[in-house]
Amino acid sequence: MKKNLSNLIQHENNWITEMGASFPGERVVFRGKDVFQELSKFSWMQVLLFGITGREFSEDQARLFEGIWVISASYPDPRIWNNRVAALAGTVRSTGSLAISASLAVSEATNYGQRPLIKAIDFLIDTCKRIKAGEGLENIVLTELKSKRMLAGYGRPIVNKDERIKPLLELSQKLGYKDGEHVLLALEIEQILEKNNYPFKLNAAGMDAALAADQGLAPNEFYHFMSLCFTAGFFPCFIDTNSTSEGVFFPLRCEFVSYSGENAREWGK
Amino acid sequence: MPSEEKKQEVIHTKIWREEPEPDNPFAAKKCFCAGYDVYGDLLDKASWVEYLYLLFKLEKPTQEQAKLLETIAVAISNPGIRDHSVRAAMNAGVGGSTAASVLMAALAVGAGQYGGAREVFLVMQLWEECGQDLEKWEKVLLNPPKEERADIWQPMEHPPGFDPNGVSCPAPIVQTLKKLASLSNSNSSLNWLLENQAALEKTVDMPIAFTSVAATAFQDLEFSSEQGEMLYLLLRLPGASAHALEQKYYGIKKYPFFLNKLHLIDESDPGQP
Repeated sequence: MKKNLSNLIQHENNWITEMGASFPGERVVFRGKDVFQELSKFSWMQVLLFGITGREFSEDQARLFEGIWVISASYPDPRIWNNRVAALAGTVRSTGSLAISASLAVSEATNYGQRPLIKAIDFLIDTCKRIKAGEGLENIVLTELKSKRMLAGYGRPIVNKDERIKPLLELSQKLGYKDGEHVLLALEIEQILEKNNYPFKLNAAGMDAALAADQGLAPNEFYHFMSLCFTAGFFPCFIDTNSTSEGVFFPLRCEFVSYSGENAREWGK
Repeated sequence: MPSEEKKQEVIHTKIWREEPEPDNPFAAKKCFCAGYDVYGDLLDKASWVEYLYLLFKLEKPTQEQAKLLETIAVAISNPGIRDHSVRAAMNAGVGGSTAASVLMAALAVGAGQYGGAREVFLVMQLWEECGQDLEKWEKVLLNPPKEERADIWQPMEHPPGFDPNGVSCPAPIVQTLKKLASLSNSNSSLNWLLENQAALEKTVDMPIAFTSVAATAFQDLEFSSEQGEMLYLLLRLPGASAHALEQKYYGIKKYPFFLNKLHLIDESDPGQP
């Protein structure tokens, strides 16, 4: 098993990278570009996308991606589960950064947030390839539903209709990105679901995924890009509870816990 | 008023029940954990490990179960100063970051699939699938199942529970496995792992890691894979906390920065070879 050791020895005190480094007092290199000379002309969204993908995105593309964040994920409603973490941190006077970090981590959820997002883009990209290889769309959709009992990018935990689709489509039309193959595919899948009496409508995760796939983002790139998407909504939730009396965010009475466990008993010796 | 608005939402639980103070419905007079009065009865009777077991399993552990859990808790409470999760905690410590960020750093890094809690989860899933059947283990280790869809967790790069950078199994892992096996019955998964360790390591050409031992101990304690993942995260935090506080005291200048150890391939730099 000695061969296993070579990887560690090779990297000991030796990290070789193309990603970047800072040279204090001199310059900062970011994926081969000088931050002060080249990246200072980029918008923050362009820098973010460049950092994730290593590719440059146009101003219109950056506006589209920024719009995806604004429309899909900037909901300052403290009842939403990840936002509620920021609100709880605020009410107990934790720090702002801890609140935002924890809320971000919580956004990597199964029922909403990061998991449906990455699965939605993977499904759309994969389906697009399979159609080009000759498979029928209806068959792909129904098989996916049969095996997984859900379709990433369709349906919603509380209400089925997603009010974000319309503004997302309007934005993409304004920027000229409405008729990309993944967007058209996502809408066609919705029609297939309706035709087969499935109650799932296209949700914002599915539309975000389709728009991003049309701009060439791979599933992992989309996942990284969307990991910060909820942040704008976290801050108002934290600030709101942090500027109200301590501990008063949705207080719970003892009786508002429904207990169905063991009856009272003694621990013994 | 619509009925939805009148309906009081509640938290459902089998773990916790409270009785309010007569003068304040928001303050508890009595707290019961799985039926035991925590502050009126359990406080000076249950050990920390017994209470931990109760919280997860809703029953008192037997003496043997408590001893096994306590021993694995001691074994993993400090993964060591070079462990990735502890290094993350120390990084937070030396910069003077908040106490919570120290633990969050340790948790985020210690959650991983290489030596972290996700690996424990995956090993426990293998236990559910393979039990004490060596052939099944060999088959699944050599042909691991693949996720159909991309996920937040990337595909595993090594067989769960083994160290791809290891040579032979380090003594602390062997010592822990032997000690834990001695505390469990002869049919236990820990004893099975001890007996089959060499065969499994030969199959994948890698030594077993701490994650294997911890996952197997949690398996013998009949924790679910999700509970095992959570316990592995929780029980490794003491070391991370202590090391971070120590490094905070020593300060940032005494902590490795790897100055001149990062080599940038920079095509834009005319000075590059």
